[in-house]
Amino acid sequence: MSGEQLLIVLSTAIAAATPLVFAVLGETLSERAGVINLSAEGTIMFCAMAGFAVALASGSVVVGFVIAALIGALAALVVGFCAITLRQSQIAVGFVLALLLSDLASFLGVPIVRVPGPTVPPLPLPLLSDVPLLGPLLFRKDALVYLSYIAIALTWLYLYRTRPGLTLRAIGEQPNAAFARGADVVRLRYLYVILGGALMGIAGAAFSLDFKAGWSHRHTGGYGWIALAIVIFGGWNPLRAALGAYLFGILQSLASVAQDQFQNVPTQVLTVAPFVLMIVLLVLTSAGWLDRLASYFPPATRRRLLQMLRTSPPAALGKPFEQD
Amino acid sequence: MDVELIHIHKHFGEVHANDDVCVRFRSGTIHGLLGENGAGKSTLVKILSGYITHDSGDIALDGKLVSIQTPTDAIRHGIGMLHQDPLDFPSLTVLENFMAGGGGLWLHRREARRRLCEIASSLNFSLDPDAHVSELTVGERQQLEIVRLLALGVQVLILDEPTTGISAVQKEQLFAALRQLAADGRTIIFVSHKLEDVEALCDEVTVMRQGRVVGSAAIPCSPAQLVEMMFGKPLAPPIKPPTAREEIALELREALIRTNTFDLHVPHLAVRCGEVLGLAGLEGSGQQEFLAACSGLIPLRHGSLRLNGREMAHRPYHSFMRAGVCYLPADRLRDGLIGGLTIREHVALRAPTRSFFLDEPLNARLTMEAIRVFNIRGQPNTRVERLSGGNQQRTQLALMPNPLSVICMEHPTRGLDIESALWIWQLLIARCQQGTAILFASSDLDEITAYSDRVLVFSGGRVSEPLDAHRLTADVLGHMIGGKF
Ligand SMILES: Nc1ncnc2c1ncn2[C@@H]1O[C@H](COP(=O)(O)OP(=O)(O)OP(=O)(O)O)[C@@H](O)[C@H]1O
Ligand SMILES: [Mg+2]
Repeated sequence: MSGEQLLIVLSTAIAAATPLVFAVLGETLSERAGVINLSAEGTIMFCAMAGFAVALASGSVVVGFVIAALIGALAALVVGFCAITLRQSQIAVGFVLALLLSDLASFLGVPIVRVPGPTVPPLPLPLLSDVPLLGPLLFRKDALVYLSYIAIALTWLYLYRTRPGLTLRAIGEQPNAAFARGADVVRLRYLYVILGGALMGIAGAAFSLDFKAGWSHRHTGGYGWIALAIVIFGGWNPLRAALGAYLFGILQSLASVAQDQFQNVPTQVLTVAPFVLMIVLLVLTSAGWLDRLASYFPPATRRRLLQMLRTSPPAALGKPFEQD
Repeated sequence: MDVELIHIHKHFGEVHANDDVCVRFRSGTIHGLLGENGAGKSTLVKILSGYITHDSGDIALDGKLVSIQTPTDAIRHGIGMLHQDPLDFPSLTVLENFMAGGGGLWLHRREARRRLCEIASSLNFSLDPDAHVSELTVGERQQLEIVRLLALGVQVLILDEPTTGISAVQKEQLFAALRQLAADGRTIIFVSHKLEDVEALCDEVTVMRQGRVVGSAAIPCSPAQLVEMMFGKPLAPPIKPPTAREEIALELREALIRTNTFDLHVPHLAVRCGEVLGLAGLEGSGQQEFLAACSGLIPLRHGSLRLNGREMAHRPYHSFMRAGVCYLPADRLRDGLIGGLTIREHVALRAPTRSFFLDEPLNARLTMEAIRVFNIRGQPNTRVERLSGGNQQRTQLALMPNPLSVICMEHPTRGLDIESALWIWQLLIARCQQGTAILFASSDLDEITAYSDRVLVFSGGRVSEPLDAHRLTADVLGHMIGGKF
């Protein structure tokens, strides 16, 4: 592969990963607060459809994004209400929503299938886009992509450098302890679940208004599930999760390059390949393998190593908070 | 600051956990709160710290009525509490734990680190700000909480059973710190089961029983008087007759047991039927892994393990169970009982039938019998996590099969009141008389010397030769745990 080709692959990867970045950031926030929003697949698909439809009708991309974010927030509110207030199974309600919303998207989206519509206009950044290599790679994109960079940085900064971010980690870890320190666990959980849902809505609209430019049947199929997987792969850390999203983007764009080169390989294989590779990666970073790897090291370094590599989910993930 | 609780009532469903409680805690003193399991001590202090809300009654600080509805209210009024089960964040670092919960937007790490070290050293605590809390001992986690609360400026410090699970040295450090804080004019409320701790530390003591205050006294006062107030009757410790027999129940040879940080080597150990073997040492010195290995929960790295003469190394756990080994973990709700299931369902799980359908009449009968014999305060349909610690331990014991050849226990009486502890040992001694060998780990050295025939000391990644318990005192043991053997 020539250098130029590589640049194209990476550049496409960033474009392909941008919607996913929003989705994994949203899910990371939600899960950090202790609530699994399993509806990602449905939310993303529905918001892709709805965002595109609204943008088409109103002629404004921004309105499309806003409505998509609102719908995402609303879906998350439903998950939040069942999980936080009713203390029901988060898995069940999320799963049902995932199925429901994706079917609803297919159904309601029929009139706009493959209709050309507005997209986010490209916006090369002055000065920065002229930097060799990095310029074309990172800064000859559109406003949404730049927004995703900012979102990654802000989320990380918020989680690890601010006090509300520390409280966010605390309520997903030990809600009782957070409560004892004065955190309003219920309100904060709602806040982050809804915020996470809004980001997921934006992710959906980012597919239809930017990366894939348009809507067709089950256009974003599988992305919600892979976003959930990437959050785990990323150890609930926004930077690592974003890296996971970019990795998936690279796998995808490699697959499309491969499609041109190996005409005889069925396209289905190459479309599915990134998903399979992602799962393999997940298995490799799972605890069992790490333990096996670590057992070849002497006891003293074993613990250090495990601590560095292993990421554990927020301790209260999926558990309702009960205050007596 | 003077704290006054006036006619406090609190119900949990049917249970009247606090029944018209009136207490006064004077500034500059250490006030003990004694009482049996389930007396309502934790409930009372949780109310004062805003963690739970009371049904009726008043709280007065320095004579002024205040309203405390949330932990934030309590902190604002200068009241801070160390909970019975540590309420901190194991996956975060010491520094992050220290900072969690304050106000403001940015985290000022450098400033916080300085505060943390300053307060810690003023109390002679040594805390590494960058360590993860999950690596700390219970005592260190406690020190961290105290430092954090002091940084918030608390004037009233509540400690709910702080001496459970900490080492003797840490206890000394804690007591010294508390005396210093009281001398500075703070009010210290010290909740405990342990008479000797209250005697050693407190200026006054209030005793609770079944949700009510039944009396108070100035220290010093006679332990017998306090015991009578707590339980309504005097208590006598059970006498342990020699129960060890000739036959060997459990034998280890050249065993190597892997722990998280080191490999524990046991050259040779033979535990006889009816014998009680105590495991002493700081928490995390390998006692838990030792017990887990002896009960087949983790495999030996190499070496041999014989049960009643049969080689058992590398056999699965259920063959250990069939051979009559029973393991009772320290974390009762995590590893021992199944949260969410009721007492009756637990009994049904262990019922001696192989029928496919649950035999409800039989289970009901067995459950009632267990509740009666083991004196469990709960109904057959009570979910186990709703039981008090002592009653959870009684339930665990009630579920033990009979007969058994070896019982491996971690902290058999941790968190239990004196009466329950004595009762449990009575039961265990009866098991020994039937020929069951008991291996137990405890951080209570008096418990070890009182009930063991022989003692193993775990220290610095090594385990001592078995020592004759009758020639040991808690003091000697304390030194050995420090690593001198
Ligand atoms: N959240 C709760 N729900 C229902 N009942 C409760 C709850 N918390 C406490 N209780 C009940 O209230 C009573 C008092 O409990 P509390 O925890 O205050 O006792 P305690 O004196 O602290 O006992 P221990 O020495 O075992 O800690 C007990 O009967 C207990 O079962
Ligand atoms: Mg208590």
